[in-house]
Amino acid sequence: MASLVGSRVERKEDKKFLTGKGRYTADITLAHQTHAVFVRSPHARAQIKKVDTSKAEKASGVVAIFTGKDLADDKIGGLIAGWKIVSEDGTDMKVPAHPALATESVNYVGDHVAVVIGETLADAKNAADMVKVDYKVLKAVVDTESAMDSEAIYKDIPKNLCYDWLLGDRAKTKEAFDSADKIIKIDLRNNRLIPNAMEPRASLGDYNSSTEEITLYTANQNPHLTRLVISAFNAVAPEHKFRVVAPDVGGGFGSKIYPYAEDVVIAWAAKKVERPVKWVAERTESFLSDCHGRDHVTHAELAVKSDGTVVGLKVDTIANLGGYASLFATVTPTYLYGPLVLGLYNIPAAYCNVKAVYTNTAPVDAYRGAGRPEATYMIERLMSKAAMELGMDQAEFRRKNFIKQFPHQQALVHNIDSGNYDAHLDKALEIADYKGFANRKSESESKGKLRGIGFSTYIEACGIAPSAAVMSLGAGVGLWESAEVRFNPTGNVTVFTGAHSHGQGHDTVFAQIVGDKLGVPLENVEVVHGDTDKGPFGMGTYGSRSLAVGGTAIDKACDKIIAKGKRVAAKMLEASESDVDFKDGEFVVAKSNKKKTIGEIAFACYLPGQYGEVKSPLPEGDEPGLKETAFYDPINFSFPAGTHICEVEIDPETGHTKLDKYTAVDDFGTIMNPMIVEGQVHGGVAQGVGQALYENAHYDETGQLITASYMDYTMPRADNFPELKIDYTCTPATSNPLGAKGCGEAGAIAAPPAVMNAVVDAIGTDISMPATAEKVWKACKDSKKSNSKAA
Amino acid sequence: MKNFTYHSAKDSKEATKLSSSNSAFLAGGMTTIPSMKLGLASYKDIIDIKGIKKLSGIKVSGKSVTIGAITKHAEVANSKEIKKAIPSLADLAEGIGDPAVRNRGTIGGSIANNDPAADYPSACIALNATIHTNSRKIEATKFFSGMFETTLKKGELIEAVEFQIPNKSSYQKHPNPASRYAVVGVYVAKNKNDVNVAVTGAKSCVYKDENLSKALSKNFSVSAVDGVKVSSSGMNTDIHASADYRASLVATYAKKAIEAC
Ligand SMILES: Cc1cc2nc3c(=O)[nH]c(=O)nc-3n(C[C@H](O)[C@H](O)[C@H](O)COP(=O)(O)OP(=O)(O)OC[C@H]3O[C@@H](n4cnc5c(N)ncnc54)[C@H](O)[C@@H]3O)c2cc1C
Repeated sequence: MASLVGSRVERKEDKKFLTGKGRYTADITLAHQTHAVFVRSPHARAQIKKVDTSKAEKASGVVAIFTGKDLADDKIGGLIAGWKIVSEDGTDMKVPAHPALATESVNYVGDHVAVVIGETLADAKNAADMVKVDYKVLKAVVDTESAMDSEAIYKDIPKNLCYDWLLGDRAKTKEAFDSADKIIKIDLRNNRLIPNAMEPRASLGDYNSSTEEITLYTANQNPHLTRLVISAFNAVAPEHKFRVVAPDVGGGFGSKIYPYAEDVVIAWAAKKVERPVKWVAERTESFLSDCHGRDHVTHAELAVKSDGTVVGLKVDTIANLGGYASLFATVTPTYLYGPLVLGLYNIPAAYCNVKAVYTNTAPVDAYRGAGRPEATYMIERLMSKAAMELGMDQAEFRRKNFIKQFPHQQALVHNIDSGNYDAHLDKALEIADYKGFANRKSESESKGKLRGIGFSTYIEACGIAPSAAVMSLGAGVGLWESAEVRFNPTGNVTVFTGAHSHGQGHDTVFAQIVGDKLGVPLENVEVVHGDTDKGPFGMGTYGSRSLAVGGTAIDKACDKIIAKGKRVAAKMLEASESDVDFKDGEFVVAKSNKKKTIGEIAFACYLPGQYGEVKSPLPEGDEPGLKETAFYDPINFSFPAGTHICEVEIDPETGHTKLDKYTAVDDFGTIMNPMIVEGQVHGGVAQGVGQALYENAHYDETGQLITASYMDYTMPRADNFPELKIDYTCTPATSNPLGAKGCGEAGAIAAPPAVMNAVVDAIGTDISMPATAEKVWKACKDSKKSNSKAA
Repeated sequence: MKNFTYHSAKDSKEATKLSSSNSAFLAGGMTTIPSMKLGLASYKDIIDIKGIKKLSGIKVSGKSVTIGAITKHAEVANSKEIKKAIPSLADLAEGIGDPAVRNRGTIGGSIANNDPAADYPSACIALNATIHTNSRKIEATKFFSGMFETTLKKGELIEAVEFQIPNKSSYQKHPNPASRYAVVGVYVAKNKNDVNVAVTGAKSCVYKDENLSKALSKNFSVSAVDGVKVSSSGMNTDIHASADYRASLVATYAKKAIEAC
């Protein structure tokens, strides 16, 4: 039988998406449904003196209006930060209260103040305009870098400082720096991004007064965790009376991992009004209130020997958390960032210090890559600068410092199981025609253009994650994954996974795994996810974990199915179990022509007839049915790595940067479906290029979001890209039996430094992201001026 | 969006009769509908003019190209006659927004709205256009009066725009990377009797750059632009471009336009 794993199987889910038949939360309409509109703060920072709903309540079509007081009266808890970080001085992180509807203060533009529920959306909107909130406006803290020197937003959080965290060894690092021949320094800003999932967030709450159960349909990457958090911390309903369904979800990129205030309020309100309540974000609300990503200010130093050996690294970062600490906000700039600052280099001594600050901006949380893009941007910009200052070749300086032996225990946290970094570097150099660069550069120069080449040899840690490791680092949960593989009596298979697909293609890849493993055709495998009432408890999709962790759980459940199948086949075929072999969907007795298909075995397991001559096919001790569950907790993270090379051509007169060539050679371990992986690389690189050249969340000094629509927030578009040249190398992961490392975030991690190193190479001066046309124009003009002065 | 009454006008007369101080014409709706949705505008009456046959169509005579007000950007971009008579005008239309906008937005709506960053106003100035309304003809130089302002009277309906066919011309724009409106757009036209350099995006309203126009009428070459200092005074500053950058772009794109002529 031809193997499904490894081939370009077309995505099972695409037909419905391409023909407009996806069923998203907004597509679900329940009988007697009402519509919710949130009253949001127009101010970045203000005290709430009074919320007057009296006029709005009299407006036509109003079903109910709730404020923070109503939530408090019902003892509904606030939103939580799920990962405890301890400061260098041993004190715990400081987290402000975060009520789902604000009671005392609002802390960013878009913060939730009240919810208006109407018979129609128009009724709710109309009444929402009539809710009068009396604010005392306060001076907003907006800037990341100066947040610690600004007035404290919360009186019990001095200097707006959540924590001051250290990873690594300061003394050992100092020694390394003392021994160095040269210190390379860099100052970087990792620009704030807005996730912009194609489907805006949406929630639909439904209360069944007969079973007293709440159902929440929500655009979410992680329905089980959402149920757990809203049950355990917000106390909206106990878990067994609470069902969370994340149906088709149109992209998340991290922004839909966690429950939001709207989810809590909508689930609770549905019970209050005893009618379904639906809320669908408008695009402006998405810009204002989806959690943003990145927003770091970093100073870093690299200690090198004159032969190009790196001996030490110091990293000092200020990370902006926004107005509150969102669910994974505290771990993103620490354990997802700090360990990765070493890149894929052998750097014996290092430390990473992160000060996380509150500001009056939208909360910042995990966004495609979460911490790893920030780390990679820092180390790859720094490595390029070092090569430049040492006068060494970009590729060879990197190669000299690559980790060469595996497993490799890094100076900070990670033990890297496998890799071959020379292999992807070599392949990328060839595909990118590095040798021809000088010619291309002079060709550009003859047209008055500048050409630059940029490298990014990256590593990331994904397949999140070994529970033991993450819990010892402060995680409030373990990060295993679950699967249930259920043979139906007629021989087709339903697979339940705790992972959640919101564009990734799980329905296809998981079916490929099951199809190969159990020898059933792809169309006879259905993958089910996203409903807490269906599969076992799961941990959702983020951190490029679904295949490495979730896929492995499925693989293990299939193993159990096969093991039971062998026992049953042995009994039915009157052979000894050790003589039964399973291959291509058939149980075959060795050295005989006796066999049973897995379909026949499944049928027999469900209908163990015992009449007349027919004996039960079930061995003693085996129960009827053919369904197995497995939970998989990996032994380690997985470590994809690769080389991305970017070439840009810049018009110094306009500042326009043309992305001319882009090469990505990635080592994702074993690849299950190259077509799906390509899609992930394309999307990831596009997002990374977006960060480097276009995207930026811009708040003015009063905390108003200036880029709150697509008229001003620049998304990358297809016509911004050349054809991406994509290839792979492979060293299988040793931490899971599939050998998979994960590919979902790599592009967004690798691309920003590749692009920015190319821009810097072209114009010869440092520049911050995004490298907009005006910034590049100005840098070119300034360097021309200083050159002519020097001459 | 606030409630409104929708009317579909069958001819210009009915359209103007239905209009009031609290109404808007609905052409492509690409500006009107988003502003209503965002609560930036509200009207009692919306008068749909898309059904008025007289307002659509493209006519090329010996000297001029006349485009009906409800002609969509995509129609202008793809018109064989326009590509032949004034290729730069087809190019301009092809560069407006994105396909969805080009398939809806109209020339009449664009110039009536007079967005400081819109493309068509620069074509009107550069190509000595005449705006035909239901009651008069207005020269382009007397039509665009300020930011989002024109000399149209209440209820006055644009029926067509008539462009003079130039000897040669080119429109070059530096698009806003997000919206693709013009950060700066420069339309250079060498006409029978004059040279016009019209600039959009740079200031609060489209304008003719007199200095560049004069210099180019003496010497229609890239080097003539180098002799002119483009001042940043009065130019817009926003997150996409400062006034200084815009001033530099005006000169740079004027050169690009001359090269492309
Ligand atoms: C995402 C986006 C990107 C865009 N990018 C660009 C761009 O790059 N360049 C550019 O130039 N434009 C751009 N536009 C604007 C667009 O091209 C339209 O030209 C513009 O929105 C107005 O045309 P409309 O037909 O949609 O007018 P409508 O929205 O229907 O009407 C706009 C106004 O004009 C009035 N009006 C309409 N027709 C007439 C008439 N015949 N007589 C009198 N008054 C009339 C209406 O009363 C109304 O006040 C963009 C728009 C969007 C939404």
